[in-house]
Amino acid sequence: MPDDANYVEFKGVSKTYDGVTPVVDGLDLQVEKGEFLTLLGPSGSGKTTCLMMLAGFEAPTAGSIRVRGRPIGDLPPRKRGIGMVFQNYALFPHLTVGQNLSFPLEVRGVDPEHTRNRVARALGLVRLEGYENRKTTQLSGGQQQRVAIARALVFEPDLVLMDEPLGALDRRLREEMQYEIRRIQRTLGITCIYVTHDQQEAMVLSDRVAVFHDGRLQQIASPEGLYEEPMRNFVARFIGENNRLPGRIESIDGAVCDVRVGEALIQALRVVPAEVGDETTLSIRPERVKLAPEPGLYHNEFEAEVLDLTFLGDHLRVVVRLLGNDDFVVKIPNIVGHGAVIPGDRVRIGWTPTDCRALDHEPEAAPP
Amino acid sequence: MTEPRSVGPPARARLRAAGLTLPLVAFVGFSFLFPLGTMLSRSVYDPLVADALPETLALLEEWDGETLPGEPVFAAAARELETALGDRLAGRLGGRVNRVASGMRSVIVRGARAAAEAPAATARETLIAGDPAWGDPATWRAIRTAGERFTVRHYLRALDLDRDAGGSVVRQPEELRIYVPLLLRTLMVSGAVTLLCLLLGYPIAHLIANAPPRRARWLILLVLVPFWTSLLVRTTAWIVLLQTHGVVNSLLVALGIVADDGRIAMIYNMTGTLVAMTHVLLPFMVLPLYSVMRTIPPHFMRAASSLGANRRQSFFRVYWPLTLPGTAAGSLLVFILAIGYYITPALVGGSSGQLFSNMIAFHMQTSLNWGLAAALGGILFVAVGALYVVYDRLVGASSLRLG
Ligand SMILES: Nc1ncnc2c1ncn2[C@@H]1O[C@H](COP(=O)(O)OP(=O)(O)O)[C@@H](O)[C@H]1O
Ligand SMILES: [Mg+2]
Repeated sequence: MPDDANYVEFKGVSKTYDGVTPVVDGLDLQVEKGEFLTLLGPSGSGKTTCLMMLAGFEAPTAGSIRVRGRPIGDLPPRKRGIGMVFQNYALFPHLTVGQNLSFPLEVRGVDPEHTRNRVARALGLVRLEGYENRKTTQLSGGQQQRVAIARALVFEPDLVLMDEPLGALDRRLREEMQYEIRRIQRTLGITCIYVTHDQQEAMVLSDRVAVFHDGRLQQIASPEGLYEEPMRNFVARFIGENNRLPGRIESIDGAVCDVRVGEALIQALRVVPAEVGDETTLSIRPERVKLAPEPGLYHNEFEAEVLDLTFLGDHLRVVVRLLGNDDFVVKIPNIVGHGAVIPGDRVRIGWTPTDCRALDHEPEAAPP
Repeated sequence: MTEPRSVGPPARARLRAAGLTLPLVAFVGFSFLFPLGTMLSRSVYDPLVADALPETLALLEEWDGETLPGEPVFAAAARELETALGDRLAGRLGGRVNRVASGMRSVIVRGARAAAEAPAATARETLIAGDPAWGDPATWRAIRTAGERFTVRHYLRALDLDRDAGGSVVRQPEELRIYVPLLLRTLMVSGAVTLLCLLLGYPIAHLIANAPPRRARWLILLVLVPFWTSLLVRTTAWIVLLQTHGVVNSLLVALGIVADDGRIAMIYNMTGTLVAMTHVLLPFMVLPLYSVMRTIPPHFMRAASSLGANRRQSFFRVYWPLTLPGTAAGSLLVFILAIGYYITPALVGGSSGQLFSNMIAFHMQTSLNWGLAAALGGILFVAVGALYVVYDRLVGASSLRLG
């Protein structure tokens, strides 16, 4: 009896190509039936490898993968019943659109009548009705992408994998295709595992996002969850913009802790298990910082010097020097009465402890 | 002061650029087109007899071809033969006529000697005294035929055709047909070699194309090493291996697979030609195949299997069609090279393993019938040209990938 909550399950999966460097390291992951899950991470973090192991093109070095409740280690790719969209589409250049789509049906021995109907239906799904006789090489990038998706769906798999399918498209087309992919996935009710390095794309598409870094799963949560409650420094850095202040935990009071940053003491949420004296990195979203708050409103309130100011239409981006950091960003909405500041001004800024998360301390690495 | 430069290349610069290609054009013309033209013209144009016996031939034009020609013709022939003898041309003249009808060499030479050394009362008596064949109209017919400046004679012979007494084209009697059967055999051997090269070369090319870069470099080297070895050495190596008391036979005898007096004849026959030619031509199949296979990304095969195809289906429906340009190019190359192959069959082919080119060589070097050799070469040239046209129709020459 397949368990809907454990439709796809990675259990302790590790993979190394050279026997030394782990490319995927101890991955535990469950995917629910009908879910849209995105594997998000910088290039080289092992996302493709995860898909390849699931599709059957690579074997895990350790651990096991189950699909629909059954271990699939012994099944060759063609027997896994998984549709796959490759990054560069992998449309067969010597076949027409129609022939590309009938390929999976013909190798399954579906009769020509049915094949024709299902090909036409799949083309309808991606809004390419009547394109059967086109050469794939004559199509635009977006159209090729649609054909690749239709081909992965035409044999009606209930699980579809997509590896950076929109990577080669320009921005406008990418947004349009994101919408299309989401629509198709909802219409068919299929389970979709999607790989991208674009956090915005992951946010738009997914029910849940799994963030990868160096072969390790950092956090898996809904898009809001990832943004609002990052559990690790890497996630906070990778998703959206954030300010990071390195410090040391001075005291702990339940879920709250005091962190010393330079001269100041900042009250923050204690997110990761940490002891007094541990190093930590505070993460504060720029839009949660208030410029010139009414005195006493916030527990954390500091003096800062305005260094730079950028007008961005709906908001202003202010860079200030704070506690020795001169890249602290404050975003203020462009509404009537926003504080008019100019570089050189000394201002007070403040934020609540709940908007300030004490995360693991990581040596500074350039975010992607 | 420097001259201002215009944006596009000025006409003079373009001319100079074109001028740079002139040496190449000259080289191709000199080393390829000129010999080719000379060779082909030789197959239809032979002025030697016409230049040596102009008057005789002019008079023979009125002749009915059945009776013996009159005294004026004999007189002209005797005079011109004497001149030819003085110019040391009589032998070659005889050789030319001899190709039309065998035995004519001595007839011509004796006639010339008689005309020069022992003139009798009439020219007719002089020549017949030199050789009685001069009294036979057939001799004069042979001279008339040999005297044609432009002739398709060589092509007729190269196609096992002949003219009967009435001048219409007929096939040679069965036992005299050699060139057409040889051409057919050459085509079949070339086809077999091409097929063998494809069967052996395809997996090799696939292996190299999918090996990790370091190993691929080594494998390519192994394919290329034979290229750096003399063709003669490679062919001789096969003799060492395959001859009656060679490595393979001795091994088979030592293992008791064949009896000592039942050693297998693997060389100096068609087997030897096939084995050695396949070996020599294999790189020409592997390289174009490799260059095409290298450009086929692995995700095509992955896509095929993720779509449900088994290995056989993936191969025949996806991989094979994608490698067709390489297959076609390699096959064309090997076939064309095989059709004109010469050294290998000459060395290991024995008498049953000789090919068309060996016959050309025979007429170039031994029988010295260059006209016929040229005609045979012309036929080979047409065969290869036809093949290329067929290839172009089927696959498109622009898709040729030769490595
Ligand atoms: N077939 C392979 N052989 C060796 N190393 C590989 C192979 N595939 C990927 N890698 C390595 O594994 C790491 C993760 O790759 P990948 O899974 O493609 O990451 P991502 O898709 O997140 O960019 C990279 O460092 C890459 O170089
Ligand atoms: Mg990838």
